[in-house]
Amino acid sequence: MGSKSKTKKGKEEKMKEIADDDDVWWWLVHKGIWVSFLCVALFALLVRVAVSLHPYSGAGNSPKFGDFEAQRHWMEITINLPIKEWYSNTTSNDLGYWGLDYPPLTAYQSYVHGLLLRLFHPDSVALFTSRGHESYLGKLLMRWTVLSSDALIFFPAVWYFVIAYYASCRRGSKSEIAWHIVMVLVNPCLILIDHGHFQYNCISLGLTVGAIASVLSDKDLVACVLYCLALSHKQMSAYFAPAFFSYLFGKCLRRQNPLFEVLKLGLVVLGTFYVVWWPYLHSRDALFGVLSRLAPFERGIYEDYVANFWCTTSVIVKWKRLFTTQSLKLLSLGATISACMPSMVQQIRDPSKQGFLYGLLNSAFAFYLFSFQVHEKSILLPLLPATLLAIEEPFLLKWMMLYALFSMFPLLYRDKLILPYIALSALFLLLFHARNRSQDERETKPLKTYVTTFFLLCAFILHVVYLNMQAPHRYPFLFEALIMLLSFSQFVILVIYSNAKQWMLKRETLVVKEKKLL
Amino acid sequence: MKVQNSCWCSLWWSFAIAACVKLLLIPSYHSTDFEVHRHWLALTHSLPLSQWYFDETSPWTLDYPPFFAHFEHFLSVFANLIDPQIVHLQKGLNYSPNTVVYFQRITVILSDLSLLYGTYRLTRNLDSGRRNLIQVLVIWSPMLVIVDHLHFQYNGFLLGILLISLSFLGEGRDLIGGFAFAVLLCFKHLFAVAAPVYFVYLLRHYCWRGLVRGFGRLLIMGAVVAAVFAAAYGPFVYQGQIHQVLSRMFPFGRGLCHAYWAPNFWVFYILLDKGLAFLLRNLGFNIRAPAASFTGGLVGDSSPFSVLPQITPITTFIMVLLALSPCLIKACKDPRPGMITRWVAYAYMCGFLFGWHVHEKASLHFVIPLAIVAVQSLEDARHYFILSIVSCYSLFPLLFEAQEYPLKMLLLLLHSILMWLGFSAQFNDIGVAVKATSYRKKSDSFSEDGQKAGFDIGWVGKSYLVGLVIVEIWGQFLHPLILGDKLPFLPLILISVYCAIGVLYSWIWQLRCIIRSEPFIHNF
Repeated sequence: MGSKSKTKKGKEEKMKEIADDDDVWWWLVHKGIWVSFLCVALFALLVRVAVSLHPYSGAGNSPKFGDFEAQRHWMEITINLPIKEWYSNTTSNDLGYWGLDYPPLTAYQSYVHGLLLRLFHPDSVALFTSRGHESYLGKLLMRWTVLSSDALIFFPAVWYFVIAYYASCRRGSKSEIAWHIVMVLVNPCLILIDHGHFQYNCISLGLTVGAIASVLSDKDLVACVLYCLALSHKQMSAYFAPAFFSYLFGKCLRRQNPLFEVLKLGLVVLGTFYVVWWPYLHSRDALFGVLSRLAPFERGIYEDYVANFWCTTSVIVKWKRLFTTQSLKLLSLGATISACMPSMVQQIRDPSKQGFLYGLLNSAFAFYLFSFQVHEKSILLPLLPATLLAIEEPFLLKWMMLYALFSMFPLLYRDKLILPYIALSALFLLLFHARNRSQDERETKPLKTYVTTFFLLCAFILHVVYLNMQAPHRYPFLFEALIMLLSFSQFVILVIYSNAKQWMLKRETLVVKEKKLL
Repeated sequence: MKVQNSCWCSLWWSFAIAACVKLLLIPSYHSTDFEVHRHWLALTHSLPLSQWYFDETSPWTLDYPPFFAHFEHFLSVFANLIDPQIVHLQKGLNYSPNTVVYFQRITVILSDLSLLYGTYRLTRNLDSGRRNLIQVLVIWSPMLVIVDHLHFQYNGFLLGILLISLSFLGEGRDLIGGFAFAVLLCFKHLFAVAAPVYFVYLLRHYCWRGLVRGFGRLLIMGAVVAAVFAAAYGPFVYQGQIHQVLSRMFPFGRGLCHAYWAPNFWVFYILLDKGLAFLLRNLGFNIRAPAASFTGGLVGDSSPFSVLPQITPITTFIMVLLALSPCLIKACKDPRPGMITRWVAYAYMCGFLFGWHVHEKASLHFVIPLAIVAVQSLEDARHYFILSIVSCYSLFPLLFEAQEYPLKMLLLLLHSILMWLGFSAQFNDIGVAVKATSYRKKSDSFSEDGQKAGFDIGWVGKSYLVGLVIVEIWGQFLHPLILGDKLPFLPLILISVYCAIGVLYSWIWQLRCIIRSEPFIHNF
């Protein structure tokens, strides 16, 4: 009530938009951004439900099955055993068979979902007897737990982000905001991994998005809590740690009382961890027992064919043979830190909200490319800030999404998810190009188009070859290696570009300031 | 030129988005219709034309007209290339590995191209707002997704032909429009319900041009239609099988209602009969319980009704014609191309409400054409909004497995929201804005009127839709909780009855609208 000027403004904006004939999406957004969000969210849910009809990883593939069985097994363990035994090898908990290797929040989430499953279908989570359980209802209930987590955590977080982002960072027309929401919610990689392959990345990524949104709306303490929760759900969320640290640290330094600010944040972080990890804090052994489960160094510096530095260069340098695991750990740690250093330095020197988003992208990318034990699925983490930056960097998003999808192609092929892979890639491209042309049309340099077409052609040919040809006997993983090489080369270009962008950003803002001074 | 380009562009875009979602839906539940169509692929591929309508290898005998059989024959060529077992008459029975599912599902997705073309023809001369709306209503119709891409049928393809025919009639090109309709009839004879409307309209609009010229035109039209039918049925007449073909196509041995009662007039008739029987029995009359049931395929000689008179196919036929007559008279008096879509949709509505053995899927036949009418005026939009939701909801029992439950819910919700956004953008805010600019200097009352005239379904419509939600909650959650396994058909009957109210109301409104059709001229 009593916001006449606001409604007037709204009406004027509306008139402007009506005048803008190019805006073909006006009909979809004219009722306000809340309704468009609802629309997009329903569509995104529909796509997720449709993808969940397809097979999950390790379906019907006994005795080890796949991630689906791992998640189900955790539910079985957590609802049947006391909390202290969840991470320890006992007679009723064989850690060799999909032992819990995520932090406690994942365990709690499994417990809650396990309770739900037990309510509707007790057989699917019975201790011991349910191993490898595969039934119509069991699968459905498991799929619905992911769907509900997505709808209850990731979607509201994105809503919060949209509000915070458009209140603090930039303005945009309503249809542009709607397009942005589409890009974040209809993220083919995330949908394929969570609802196809079967994981709960939506929870940790949703918590991270919530933390990012809190940072953007200057609620740093809330951000710390949410980010610590994300970390306690999946340790991979640490990929974002440098960005959060450097931005918040840089911001504290500019306050009146830096030490006090840092202390406040530190206390909140410790407090959150203390609450979440409480059941395991009673003794050193228990804590280290859990921690050792989280860091499986014995699995080597890389697995399968992941498009990161270690795996790609291993074609030439046999890292695993030349170095011990211990020295590889140090080596990868050093490489990772030096790779995210430029972005961290930039943020500590000049923390800005826009820069923070770039920082997230750069630090997650640095971890993906250089850290120890990276999985193909970890590309989801750098991809998240890229989707959040969709308005700023549309081309980067498109390029990264295509090659992220491509780098997961062999994994999805094993999971028999080729059809959703194709459909979602097409859907992404269609939605990506639905953005209003008037803003999108720029001069395209012929060189850039040639290069991009060349790389896309390579990727396309590799898809066809991978699906139709047998690799030669001497090199059974030749095609995987080629896919990895191509994706890696693109990722390197992108990471250099986005680091450069982050540093340019500072100059731009400086220029603006100078102009203002003049 | 540019406008048409952008029209194609946005149409293709909508189509592609829908196709992506449909691709994702491939592994979902499909009904026995899937095996029916698979068997027809095998039948048309491995048998000569003369045996198509005689084959009894499977219970799913061919009961569509010859053009559809030719269409299956055409598809079977590709099926044979992909996996010869699909088209094997015996070995293929109930054969359903991924190749078959993918192949058949993709043929449905591709055959929707005719729907795309029909929509293009109907929308190319409209403004972009109406065009977008029609695209959303037709190409993204949740009913088509449910019936074609989940349940499995080829309705999108057939409705596409209907839309093409209507678009030609709308442009005044009657001959080719009539030709398209004749072709459609040879694909699926259920579309014949609108044939009287077509006949009267074409006679009056195309042939009524003086005695000589009119007679010449009548001959031309007759020749075209006869040629189409000759192409379809000629071979069977030549081989003396036409009786067999017709008996396969019109199996009147089935009951008045389908297993799940379509939400039409007969639901009320049955309920009235049950109610009267109950009442009279309590009053001490001796009422025999009926020997036959409504839902069983076999009716036999005994009447399934205990009090009210029996209904025969002839009765339903007469009732449909009676219901159609106001529309026919209107078409005869004043054959206007702008009204033909509404008349045809109305005809299918009559067929749906009073027809014999009507499937709930038949509601597609009028909901899709009415989408074209709905964008013409605010009143139409309001009624379409409710009718579309109700008809889509009445399809829910088709997908009874838990896996598809969120799918159908999300489809309907998304459709409702898109429809609401589209209609209110079309009728509410533009109207207000335009009025506001042109009358801003006048009194405020004008803009208030504009507000009142905006897209709003009124409290009756709203409470009806809320009732729909209650019916759904009762059927899904409260009924199993409170009554357990007792009265298992009650939720389905509730859905039928509740939806029938909506459809019947919509029909009455259309009838009224057709009878006093003058006020709608200025909206074209």
